[in-house]
Amino acid sequence: METITQTDLCCYHCGQPCAETLWLDDKPFCCTGCRTVYEILSENDLCTYYTLDKSPGVRQTETDTSVYACLDDPSVRSRFLEFDSANFARARFVIPAIHCVSCIWLLENLRKLEPGILRSEVNYAHKSVVIDFNPSRVSLSQIAQRAATLGYAPQINLDAGTSKPKGANQQLILKLTVAAFCFGNVMLFSFPEYLGLDAADLALQEVFSWLNLALSIPVFFYSGSDYLRSAVTAFTQRRINIDVPIALGLIALMARSTWDIVTGTGPGYFDSLTGLVFFLLVGRWFQGKTYESLAFDRDFKSYFPLAVERADGQDWRPVVVHEIREGDTIRIRNGEIIPADSRLLDDKALIDYSFVTGESAPVEARAGDLVYAGGRLAGVPVRMTVVRKIAQSYLTSLWNNQVFQKDTKDYRSVMDKIATRFTWAVVIIAVGTAIAWSMKDASQVWLNVTAVLIVACPCALALTAPFTYGNMMRVFGRAGFYLKNAHVIERMAKTNAIVFDKTGTVTHGKEKVTFIGVLAEDELLWVKNLAACSTHPLSRIVYNSIAGSQPIKVDKFVEFEGQGIEGTVRDHKVRMGSAEFTGADPVSKQGTTVFVSIDGIVRGYFAIGTSIRPGIADMIRRLGEKCKGLVSGDSAAGGTMMKDIFPAEADLRFAQSPQDKLDYVRDLQAQGQVVTMVGDGLNDAGALRQCDVGIAVTDDTGVFTPASDGIIKGDMMRHLDTFFNLSNSAVKILYAGFVISFLYNVVALSLAVSGHLTPLHAAILMPLSSISVVAFSTIAVRLAGSRKLGAYIKTNAV
Amino acid sequence: MIIIVLLISISLLIALVFLGIFWWTVKSGQYDDVVTPSMRMLFEDGPKDKKADSKPTKS
Repeated sequence: METITQTDLCCYHCGQPCAETLWLDDKPFCCTGCRTVYEILSENDLCTYYTLDKSPGVRQTETDTSVYACLDDPSVRSRFLEFDSANFARARFVIPAIHCVSCIWLLENLRKLEPGILRSEVNYAHKSVVIDFNPSRVSLSQIAQRAATLGYAPQINLDAGTSKPKGANQQLILKLTVAAFCFGNVMLFSFPEYLGLDAADLALQEVFSWLNLALSIPVFFYSGSDYLRSAVTAFTQRRINIDVPIALGLIALMARSTWDIVTGTGPGYFDSLTGLVFFLLVGRWFQGKTYESLAFDRDFKSYFPLAVERADGQDWRPVVVHEIREGDTIRIRNGEIIPADSRLLDDKALIDYSFVTGESAPVEARAGDLVYAGGRLAGVPVRMTVVRKIAQSYLTSLWNNQVFQKDTKDYRSVMDKIATRFTWAVVIIAVGTAIAWSMKDASQVWLNVTAVLIVACPCALALTAPFTYGNMMRVFGRAGFYLKNAHVIERMAKTNAIVFDKTGTVTHGKEKVTFIGVLAEDELLWVKNLAACSTHPLSRIVYNSIAGSQPIKVDKFVEFEGQGIEGTVRDHKVRMGSAEFTGADPVSKQGTTVFVSIDGIVRGYFAIGTSIRPGIADMIRRLGEKCKGLVSGDSAAGGTMMKDIFPAEADLRFAQSPQDKLDYVRDLQAQGQVVTMVGDGLNDAGALRQCDVGIAVTDDTGVFTPASDGIIKGDMMRHLDTFFNLSNSAVKILYAGFVISFLYNVVALSLAVSGHLTPLHAAILMPLSSISVVAFSTIAVRLAGSRKLGAYIKTNAV
Repeated sequence: MIIIVLLISISLLIALVFLGIFWWTVKSGQYDDVVTPSMRMLFEDGPKDKKADSKPTKS
């Protein structure tokens, strides 16, 4: 059988191209995992799954579903359960793989596969599913396993099932509704005042005034409570944020208007007050909407497994990672991460530290060796004794390094800086007005000072930032670049040094392996099993590229340093390695080749190449001086390729550990640079956190993404420079918005200072300024976005 | 004039009732998930014939 990659066949289940096609019911599948899911579904009459969306499945990876056994441990179980009783329980799982209509349909029909499940309901936006089940008929671990076998592995880690982001949003909607309701009614009751009233209707006007007062009380005390509270907090911390002048304005409005009505001297400014709160809350709501779909709050602990098997007498029991103590014996299985520094008890183990060090070759540990937290075990399960508790181990100490707590303290946004100056300016103008009027007409002092405070309220100012940045984040998001929050845009605009990681960033994350030659299917499995014996990186790559998992015994295995490997499989002598080693004619070709010979006959070679993402070279050229260099965990092997891409003055560093990367970023920052780091977010997690903007590159949106400031889709990497340009535009638009709102303030303040501010002026000026600023920033950002990214927004639209 | 005051208070009360209803809908979680139901309505009820849903395979 020819096994040259066939790209024209796509898996019926997951839609990925099949490297090696398996057939069932005339449908192609890329792997046994996908085929198994199809079998389960077709047996249970659930094939609607495939009609709702095209190739909806998730490619099956060989996950060990036994990790879910820990879900039956009471302390773990309680984290996932919202309600529990003997015959009824409700669990909530976060399943990152949920991505389409079919996913919802299948997960909501889980009860057809697992009779103990009573009902399941998916929340698409939160990628979670709530499952009602009967604990006496099915256990939580069985449900999780069932979901995992279908490709919907629930997220099981230290943070899972703890946060429920519900209440805050509901509160905001209620506050907004109350403000909208009162604003509308107050406007209606103020109409007679705007149009002018006859003396005969004065009684009516008084009724309206009191109604306005009544309607404004909930707006001030309920809807506006966040601003008042935030201002008080800022005051006690001796800092001034944008909420301080807003709260000042709100209090002035409320006090002045109440005074006017109680003393019968005027109709008050309740329309402005309610309108102001309404517009502010709309801005806040919009901001929340923008952030909603981006669940970024994971921290590094999320990488750790939730539970691990600990020896309990003769048995192995799953325990929560927190509960592991020094001296405990734990068992780690293939693919699991070692949760704490331990000493190996079994003879031999292969541990892959790529997660910590970036080095892709696994390290061999022998009995008695110390193995470190964060390593991933490859191969047979091993036992080990914990020597250091989880919180003290190397990885957590690296992660708990205080630099990882991102600098929210010393970083002050443009907004806060302006707020400080603004507040002082308002105070000075108010004092000036008071002095001027006390000399002219002392009875007018109180009226004019409150008028100044009223119109100076920076409503438009407060709306500018959420709308400008919020819209820009939406534009980015639709083009495949997701940001954590609005501050990131400001920091991106300030960036003057960009550092890249190599693997997965400049190059594609995975090696492209193609076999050129002829090998039968079972012969391929021989090669795979031979490759499994070796820890050489190339052997690992070949091993991973061959599908199938049938273990075959390899005899007489010999590794020839620097040449290749040899072994006897099913009485055939299989050799893999260099051309000379296998006796083949060398092929002049870029990249690495691994030749295969069986019984002395050359059968072909594996061509292994890391390919550079298309368009990267152009993008880096466009970035120009901003591009500072490359830090890679890999050896310098691919260095020449990188030299072609990066400018001559760029700093190319290879064989860097995560700590080296972190130090490099810190050095740059010490030189006063604002650093953006682009990496795959695994072994450069520390550096991503240290730098001012950490961007993680991902090729698979279903994959759960590490802590960083932004996540960019792999195919948008070549437009990174455009995103930086747009960030600059966003900051410019923000300043333009400030100018507009200041212009309004100047007009309104001059009216107020000179004592000409009537409630009518305030009622017109304040909403007008808010609306025009919002309209300006929205339109400007959309225009900038569609001009530069228009084509990609369409292709990436969800 | 008293009739206007009366009418206004009645209309305000009615509006307050609606506000109350809206409040209740929010509190009871009807706006918690506004994405999934729009997708859920695409599902067909009842079991489907196994063979009817085979889709043409790409080749």
